[in-house]
Amino acid sequence: MRPFKYTRAAETAKAVEAISKNKNARFLAGGTNIIDLMKEDVARPDELVDINRLSFDQIKATSGGISLGALAKNTETANHPLVRQNLPLLSQAILAGASGQIRNMATNGGNLNQRTRCTYFYDTAMPCNKREPGTGCGAMEGINRMHAVFGWSEKCVAVHPSDMCVALAALDANVKVQGADGKTRSIAFADYHRLPGDSPELDNNLKHDDLITEIEIPKNNFAANSYYLKVRDRASYAFALVSVAAALDVSGGKIKDARIALGGVAHKPWRALEAEKFLKGKDATEANFKAAAEMEMKAAKPLEHNKFKVELGKRAVARALTMAMNGGKTA
Amino acid sequence: MAKYIGKEMSRVDGFAKVTGQAKYASEYKIPNVAYGYIAQSEIAKGSIKSIDTSEAEKQSGVLKILTHLNCPKTKSKDEAFAALQSDKIVFSGQPIALVIAETFEQARFAARLIKTEYLKAEHVTEAEKAPTVEAPAGFFGKPKPRGDANTAFEKSEVKIEAEYTIPIEHHNAMEPHAAIAMWDGGKLMVFDKSQGVGTVQGHLAESFGIPKENVSVSSEFVGGAFGSALNPNYYSFIAACAAREINRPVKLNYTRRQMFTGNGYRPYTWQKVRIGASRDGKLQSIIHEAVGNTSSFENFGENPNSFGRTLYKCENYDTPYRLAKTDLPTPTWMRAPGAVSGAFALESALDELAYELNIDPLELRMINYAETDPETGKPFSSKALMECFKTGAKKFGWEKRKMEPRSMRDGRWLVGWGTATGLWGAYQAPATMKMTVRKDGSVYIGSATADIGPGTYTVITMIAAEYLGIEPDKIKFELGDTKLPNAPMQGGSLTVASVGTAAHGAAGQIKQKLLEIVLKMKNSPMADAKIDDVELADGVLRTKKDKGNSLTIGQILQEGGLDEVSVTHTSMPGKERGQYTTQAHGAQFVEVKVDEELGIIKVTRVMEATACGRIMNPKTSHSQEMGGVVGGIGMALTEITEIDHRYGRMTTTDLASYHVPSHADIHEIETEFVEEIDTVVNPLGVKGMGELCLVGIPAAIANAVFHATGKRFRDLPITPDKLI
Ligand SMILES: Cc1cc2nc3c(=O)[nH]c(=O)nc-3n(C[C@H](O)[C@H](O)[C@H](O)COP(=O)(O)OP(=O)(O)OC[C@H]3O[C@@H](n4cnc5c(N)ncnc54)[C@H](O)[C@@H]3O)c2cc1C
Ligand code: SF4
Repeated sequence: MRPFKYTRAAETAKAVEAISKNKNARFLAGGTNIIDLMKEDVARPDELVDINRLSFDQIKATSGGISLGALAKNTETANHPLVRQNLPLLSQAILAGASGQIRNMATNGGNLNQRTRCTYFYDTAMPCNKREPGTGCGAMEGINRMHAVFGWSEKCVAVHPSDMCVALAALDANVKVQGADGKTRSIAFADYHRLPGDSPELDNNLKHDDLITEIEIPKNNFAANSYYLKVRDRASYAFALVSVAAALDVSGGKIKDARIALGGVAHKPWRALEAEKFLKGKDATEANFKAAAEMEMKAAKPLEHNKFKVELGKRAVARALTMAMNGGKTA
Repeated sequence: MAKYIGKEMSRVDGFAKVTGQAKYASEYKIPNVAYGYIAQSEIAKGSIKSIDTSEAEKQSGVLKILTHLNCPKTKSKDEAFAALQSDKIVFSGQPIALVIAETFEQARFAARLIKTEYLKAEHVTEAEKAPTVEAPAGFFGKPKPRGDANTAFEKSEVKIEAEYTIPIEHHNAMEPHAAIAMWDGGKLMVFDKSQGVGTVQGHLAESFGIPKENVSVSSEFVGGAFGSALNPNYYSFIAACAAREINRPVKLNYTRRQMFTGNGYRPYTWQKVRIGASRDGKLQSIIHEAVGNTSSFENFGENPNSFGRTLYKCENYDTPYRLAKTDLPTPTWMRAPGAVSGAFALESALDELAYELNIDPLELRMINYAETDPETGKPFSSKALMECFKTGAKKFGWEKRKMEPRSMRDGRWLVGWGTATGLWGAYQAPATMKMTVRKDGSVYIGSATADIGPGTYTVITMIAAEYLGIEPDKIKFELGDTKLPNAPMQGGSLTVASVGTAAHGAAGQIKQKLLEIVLKMKNSPMADAKIDDVELADGVLRTKKDKGNSLTIGQILQEGGLDEVSVTHTSMPGKERGQYTTQAHGAQFVEVKVDEELGIIKVTRVMEATACGRIMNPKTSHSQEMGGVVGGIGMALTEITEIDHRYGRMTTTDLASYHVPSHADIHEIETEFVEEIDTVVNPLGVKGMGELCLVGIPAAIANAVFHATGKRFRDLPITPDKLI
């Protein structure tokens, strides 16, 4: 890997200061993604600012909901009683990702900023606009079985690989960041990640010197009826072909509120807003779930090898909603 | 009654492995070692127009960079790929330079600064589009057509015709390939990851044009290989070149990605099976065609379609086999090579025939059971396949199977039961063992075999213990080193039959020597005893008639004025084998549960009934069979190396995108050994099992998926996208 400078930040202000001084510096959290990318020569920072000593690693209840420290580990987050009881959807989503060992290292902030697993992105001998803008998209007319069916552009058809983020999207989380000016601000999850458009090199709307400090999840009534469904090439330790985070707020058989987000289908977690709108006020029946799923997947634009994702998406959305209705139990 | 053989014994090297004491090739700490990193070509075909290493050479820690311009030329005439020999590019990922530096990271960094200009030529990596050639005779020769398959097929009452494909797959053992090479004057010493140190020794001696005696190779432990370390791979030669150039030891370690182009793979295979049968299920004709891919410079053949020739009674049989010349590296042996690919096609086709005839698939196999070898007419040395069918079916509960596809359910899951048959040759090769028994009752045995994981250390120790009558923990077994007597490489499931037989023979010689001393004693307590009248047991030599009439080994050596007795014994395959066909067989039963809507397949139950002679250690045998099943599940459901043919480059070159089964994919695996008493194969009566247990699994899974869903999958792997 390329030689780089290692800086360990003792406090938040110092971390932000270090990163704002150097355009080629990156934060180092769990390192499960950034180090891999450096070994492959895909990421080429000349400085790593280690933020592991910073204090925002707590998971706590706040007046508005639950706050997840950006440096809390994925394992800890998934197993925390507050998360298990109030946000089972999030817990399931995290545990559906990666492996035990990786989750022990991976942080919540790092999970948001992990980069695509597009195999062209990972191979420096291949063209890739995300890695090297202007070289072309290798996947567009190449092997694109794992790629997007929504929101892609001619420049990039990659998907965001996170499971955790799919649940966070469904739960309308907010990402709290601290900028170079020392001020904190909050970004709605829907606005956090971006579509590739003309600049696929950007995965999200974070500025270079923004540091994620926490992720806030507002209170909700979904704990009883939510489910994270992940369809993948093997039973564990594989990225999603399609995943669905489904959450329902049901009363007397009627749907008061519905949240649906899909993973593995777009450059960002894909909120199924149409399907949600359709379900609100309707009976919680399988027929309605199917109709909602059908409606959402209509807008899909598959590529050569991922046509199956359209049908699979429909079925997965309907199934996830059914499972959510059953409190996560198999019918 | 055997004391050790046939009883469960834990691995003798288990403790060393789990505590990290067992050393793998790249783990040896060698003073002053330098590190190599291979830079690789980014095009699939053409030549290097220019290669500029100046920037890389300037980097700190860099000691030397070898390219085709300055790398020593190999003296080997072998057509196998040798690295850094010319400007010609024959596959993407081919080494174009070797950077040697003080650390691995320095070498890797510098490798990225090498600037290469290529003259590109048009490549073909798609086997379907590549020119084909007749496959070479290969390892087992090229079988001739049997009978008149075409005419018999045409005349058959029932005909089946189907095409099957298997993608390129990679071994992906845990341990990456690695070598440490060092010179002492004209002598070369190499630590390598190898399934046969002798072949690496021969390869290096030939490549450098030096006598074999001047090359020593060590490979004490191997972290899985699955065939990828059978043939010498290119890295040991360039590591040795580098070591000589800089006059320091050099360590060369592949990265995971480099393992996709540096040690072979299972070839892509297209197969077409035509079966003609009578209405009552008797096979009339089988025409099993195959095309496998190979490289542009080397013809690798594995006879996948020969698989069924000795399995079924069928008078007319033809197996045309061709190779497609692709601009990829050369394939190699991988996990039950040939047989598992052929079995996938033939055993699937047989299932298709069973449905065409409405005959139970197991019944169909029984109808066509071969009592003698249909190819040669010779008897089998032993063949308990029928018992495997029966025992396996009973344990699995096969009689409860409903023939109709989609007729069995477990709630939302469709349930399918499938079966297939496995077959593997019971091979044996010459092997030599040194055996030394000391006065204190301790034993040393040594042979240049390998233990890539099946439990060779353990089982050979058990055999020596049994026939020397000495406890296993007093025996030290050394393997994986060219300083030891010759043994075949560990492949083809022949190790116990070969090296075990050598151990058995060596123990016999030890007994002979000890008896000779006893016979020379004054007032010998065993005067007149013949070799068969005495036995070694419980640390003594004793007469079989009067077990009290015994002398400890210590006493005997004392008597002979010796500290130890030592023999070097070579065992050869018995002459009698020629009159028989020697094979191991197995019946495999699989249950799958399928979520058709989401495309999910779970292999919930596997029953392996295996007849492979005598079982030496049920514990390690069960482990081997489980490993085979897992390999079969991977082949059937998850494993594929994708290639972007526009660039002629593999794309799934890491363990995140190349999917071997995970723990969560593995459910119940049961094994049942139907023991055979076979005095022909070798004195121990053992056959191999490592590959056999995998052979039928992919077909059995595909057949079970058909039974569950009514959909026939002829292209592996059966991934969710294909199922929905
Ligand atoms: C083999 C493998 C399989 C995997 N499978 C899955 C899977 O199935 N599903 C899934 O969801 N994930 C999966 N992962 C990804 C894993 O979840 C991520 O690698 C992990 O979450 C990243 O967290 P980290 O703390 O290690 O991040 P790092 O690697 O330390 O950082 C990643 C990026 O985030 C930035 N960053 C980190 N923290 C902050 C912060 N506080 N503020 C601003 N920027 C920050 C870093 O600068 C870097 O650019 C897998 C990973 C591997 C290696
Ligand atoms: S899909 Fe995006 S990440 Fe993949 S090759 Fe195209 S530009 Fe690169």
